[in-house]
Amino acid sequence: MLPRLVLNSWTQAIHLPSPPKATSEWTLDYPPFFAWFEYILSHVAKYFDQEMLNVRNLNYSSSRTLLFQRFSVIFMDVLFVYAVHECCKCIDGKKVGKELTEKPKFILSVLLLWNFGLLIVDHIHFQYNGFLFGLMLLSIARLFQKRHMEGAFFFAVLLHFKHIYLYVAPAYGVYLLRSYCFTANKPDGSIRWNSFSFVRVISLGLVVFLVSALSLGPFLALNQLPQVFSRLFPFKRGLCHAYWAPNFWALYNALDKVLSVIGLKLKFLDPNNIPKASMTSGLVQQFQHTVLPSVTPLTTLICTLIAILPSIFCLWFKPQGPRGFLRCLTLCALSSFMFGWHVHEKAILLAILPMSLLSVQKAGDASIFLILTTTGHYSLFPLLFTAPELPIKILLMLLFTIYSISSLKTLFR
Amino acid sequence: MEKWYLMTIVVLIGLTVRWTVSLNSYSGAGKPPMFGDYEAQRHWQEITFNLPVKQWYFNSSDNNLQYWGLDYPPLTAYHSLLCAYVAKFINPDWIALHTSRGYESQAHKLFMRTTVLIADLLIYIPAVVLYCCCLKDISTKKKIANALCILLYPGLILIDYGHFQNIYNSVSLGFALWGVLGVSCDWDLLGSLAFCLAINYKQMELYHSLPFFCFLLGKCFKKGLKGKGFVLLVKLACTVVASFVLCWLPFFTEREQTLQVLRRLFPVDRGLFEDKVANIWCSFNVFLKIRDILPRHIQLIMSFCFTFLSLLPACIKLTLQPSSKGFRLTLLKLYSVILFFFLYHFRPVCLVLSEIPFMSTWFLLVSTFSLLPLLLKDELLMPSVVTTMAFFIACVTSFSIFEKTSEEELQLKSFSISVRKYLPCFTFLSRMIQYLFLISVITMVLLTLMTVTLDPPQKLPDLFSVLVCFVSCLNFLFFLVYFNIIIMWDSKSGRNQKKIS
Repeated sequence: MLPRLVLNSWTQAIHLPSPPKATSEWTLDYPPFFAWFEYILSHVAKYFDQEMLNVRNLNYSSSRTLLFQRFSVIFMDVLFVYAVHECCKCIDGKKVGKELTEKPKFILSVLLLWNFGLLIVDHIHFQYNGFLFGLMLLSIARLFQKRHMEGAFFFAVLLHFKHIYLYVAPAYGVYLLRSYCFTANKPDGSIRWNSFSFVRVISLGLVVFLVSALSLGPFLALNQLPQVFSRLFPFKRGLCHAYWAPNFWALYNALDKVLSVIGLKLKFLDPNNIPKASMTSGLVQQFQHTVLPSVTPLTTLICTLIAILPSIFCLWFKPQGPRGFLRCLTLCALSSFMFGWHVHEKAILLAILPMSLLSVQKAGDASIFLILTTTGHYSLFPLLFTAPELPIKILLMLLFTIYSISSLKTLFR
Repeated sequence: MEKWYLMTIVVLIGLTVRWTVSLNSYSGAGKPPMFGDYEAQRHWQEITFNLPVKQWYFNSSDNNLQYWGLDYPPLTAYHSLLCAYVAKFINPDWIALHTSRGYESQAHKLFMRTTVLIADLLIYIPAVVLYCCCLKDISTKKKIANALCILLYPGLILIDYGHFQNIYNSVSLGFALWGVLGVSCDWDLLGSLAFCLAINYKQMELYHSLPFFCFLLGKCFKKGLKGKGFVLLVKLACTVVASFVLCWLPFFTEREQTLQVLRRLFPVDRGLFEDKVANIWCSFNVFLKIRDILPRHIQLIMSFCFTFLSLLPACIKLTLQPSSKGFRLTLLKLYSVILFFFLYHFRPVCLVLSEIPFMSTWFLLVSTFSLLPLLLKDELLMPSVVTTMAFFIACVTSFSIFEKTSEEELQLKSFSISVRKYLPCFTFLSRMIQYLFLISVITMVLLTLMTVTLDPPQKLPDLFSVLVCFVSCLNFLFFLVYFNIIIMWDSKSGRNQKKIS
């Protein structure tokens, strides 16, 4: 429910004529395009429930509001469906099964459309991830179809909707540079420097620049750019999200806790030096580690960069076309998830969804996908914590897991 | 079965849909003093737990029969008692005598919904799965599709999980289905035992007893009354008597007990006009006020006579030629007859979904539509629309029903051949049926929209409910005629065609 209330208050805030100050605990922290999207929504919302838009009505909730917001998510998912359709076109049905349900295209569409994580995050927990992932899948599909400019355009737009996709930006950047700006390769696959195309670089740069200008321009003119950036990248928020994302830093924190307990028992540590705040109390805040060295945002950035380096190198030195790009993208997403600062557990979807495309084409990828998706989805369980939702999440998880395992097994018999 | 995982997925989908529907409101939510059927269920747990057996069906200071008194057979009472034990373990306030009246809370709602789901899971769903697996002459995929469509049938889901009907429909239906399964697969004793349990859970199942009886009798005749048939007859009789005795044991101690229970089960003074149901009497009443003309017991007797008479030919045929398919078709006809004349409740016609997909889907859609006034009262519009659409899409894709509207597919071939002897130009039957279907669906959609968006005029506040009744009734009349035709003409061609198992 909370994100719904968050979006509620943003819808309210946007409806004001002038840029709002911080009026509530749920202020905007997504890039400008998302803000414009909420603005459009707020105009439609007028017809459903006027009260929803009153800035003073914080935590407002009514059945009409609920209806409106749920319908808006479902409506925006149309883009996601279209993107899935485009992705299925990129899959070649080499192993053509006799029936529809055994074709890779069918399996892929079910894996994407019925993705458990997306279902519960978007439609129960409530966010608008569907159409954003639709944009991402669409840009991937365009790159598969060799329509690089469109792919770049969609990704640029996506970045300005939700900046979490910065996680995978290196993959895009390197791939476009290497495989699009250098138009040909030497026979052994390595780079041919003289095939560099300035035209392409400039056109790509232009696309990105124009999109960014459209998005950040108004705020640049209003001299609010620093404020926008501080809202987008709130490094004061702490190493881990309220609900720990199951990444490396969670293990690090756990180790720190264990060591501190042991240290207290063995009298190595002085109890007065231990900070009182608990890391798992569910509130977003900063804290210090007790035994192990504290982690700064810079450290996490360096760790992330080190983690994505191998895949980036492969993408540069041994490009394998769009499929190689997809692999690199998945790896970037995973590495950022593992080592990023203040990662949400929902970010695992960034790795799961692109991986689905790989899973229906190679058996090896399929088995990795199954492990990734089952654990990733299971890690999303704490998002739904009320008793009535318990059977739903169990049933949906079982549905997706059984289907994915059985269909992929049948495909790669 | 090879594709066990697909069947698991179908069952999981069915369970998910059920649980998500159950998150909606229930009947009588927040509406004192009587609340609704949900409260009735809770009250029965209270009564059966706190009072001794002898007082369950009697009016007393502790048990006010006016406030949702027990009016279902003993098996329901035992089931309520079982649930009450669990409730006591979780929170005794839910079933405290007197003080728990009108108790409503999130936790309690969760508990009640869970009991329905568990009953479904244990009895109804296995019956459906087994039934679909035992269907002959169709591919595995069709069997699974069949199971999906049956499990997605909106009427049952909305009543049990949305409205929270007076009784757990799925339990009695499940038992009846086990009965049908048993009897069709030659496990006669188990089948009749299951059916007796169904009757003892809900007395409405008595409607189905006539075909069961005729079919089993027919089987005994076939085996020869002098030898094996007689043995079978005796065994069946013993099973039936034993099951009844077991269920009614605590009530057989005194004559008064038994009589009181029977009085509660068959309230002959309630009459035929329960809450504007879509049966022939309500529709007829619009034109000719029978309610005022005829006294109550005459109405009842008339209904029974009509029902019995219309069923008689089919039942006689069943006795003389017991066949599994004939049995199923007779049950089908029975449904339409009951609906036509009584419609206290309906029964899904899912049993022949695979054989006559087009008509079955149509029938089931209409039966869901006929529930509209009830569902709107409980604010279940959204789940009903969504589940109906899901069901329709599942049927269309699983059975490609729109391609199966030829005369042969609709099993009307022999009928149209006979008609063509007198009217050579009678070739448009299937097209006529398709048009009728289209008209019917459009009418239903329009009526739904009207009921939701418009207010009825002042002078006729029940206009929309009556219209819904009327339209549903017309549809049911059509189905009645259709099923009668199938059964009658099936008997004529049955001897010529190959043996149908």
